[in-house]
Amino acid sequence: MDIPTLNILAIGRDSAILEVVQRLINSHEHWVATIVTTDKAAIAAFTQQRHPIVFVCAGVTAEEEQALKERLLRLDPSVTVIRHFGGGSGLLENEVRAILDHKDIHIINA
Amino acid sequence: MPNTILHKAATRGHADHGWLESFQSFSFADYYNPERVQFGALRVLNDDRVDGGKGFGSHPHDNMEIISIPLEGGLVHQDNLGNTKVVSKGEIQVMSTGKGVFHSEYNNSPDQPAKFLQIWVFPNRLNVTPRYDQILRDPVREHNHLQQLISPSQQGEGTWIYQDAWFHIGHFDKDKHFSYDPKEKGNGVYLFVISGSFLVDGTQTLEARDGLGITGEAAINLTATTDGSELLVIEVPMNLKIQ
Repeated sequence: MDIPTLNILAIGRDSAILEVVQRLINSHEHWVATIVTTDKAAIAAFTQQRHPIVFVCAGVTAEEEQALKERLLRLDPSVTVIRHFGGGSGLLENEVRAILDHKDIHIINA
Repeated sequence: MPNTILHKAATRGHADHGWLESFQSFSFADYYNPERVQFGALRVLNDDRVDGGKGFGSHPHDNMEIISIPLEGGLVHQDNLGNTKVVSKGEIQVMSTGKGVFHSEYNNSPDQPAKFLQIWVFPNRLNVTPRYDQILRDPVREHNHLQQLISPSQQGEGTWIYQDAWFHIGHFDKDKHFSYDPKEKGNGVYLFVISGSFLVDGTQTLEARDGLGITGEAAINLTATTDGSELLVIEVPMNLKIQ
């Protein structure tokens, strides 16, 4: 699948960490992050714009993650909802690249 | 039958930012190799050098057990939990980052490099209250013996992390034979040679900074093949269960 921009939704309970995650994602050309701290805001953002990747970040429990995943998959069965570990820059790019490879997603401007 | 995966030192990822040089046993930051993402719960093993006076400014971590083992010099660690500590060669530092922590780490020397291993292990519990610990290593007990540094137990030797993982370290005389028995069935064992060389199970030679992951073996037999060889042994679950 070819896309012009990779939209990534990140949900977590810690705003300060989410802001860093957003900055790290946005530092990549053609990657755009939306960050939210509530499940309701996540559903609203996801309904408004398609996000191929949803990162579940600090503070979200395993049960909340599972419930959110089920809701988002009902809205778009092709979405990848995955836990982002580490909080910082170390694993973020790896996690995105693994999903792009697995889903055969290409950013056409990149 | 045991399975093994060999990571020769020269095949590791490499990043040179001038002030920071990093060799990565597993995919990290710009280094991405889908064949080398993790070994069970062991996700990161970076072999870093930081120039004098340099370091990492404040940045967050969460939901990862982070273990730093200085090999030369020391690092100044400061975090939003209120810790300001220097961790130097002969000590190890553990952070359970849980629901989130911000920290900085700088070389404690203005002009001498600091070298250290930074190891990340996936936790077995999400969003725990962050925890910091630092312990002294014991060079006498590490001589010709695998000394436990980390376990899952708060009552165990060394310090502990939120994972069913064990770290041992030792430095050995030439021709010293020893073995490691995994603590839990189904766990994998990752051997990382800090210095010198070892023979594993009589067949596999490991040189400095080589790594070997082993699964399905009841006892791993090792022989130091050069004097003063130093080995880090990391035992981790191979199937992640995170609550």
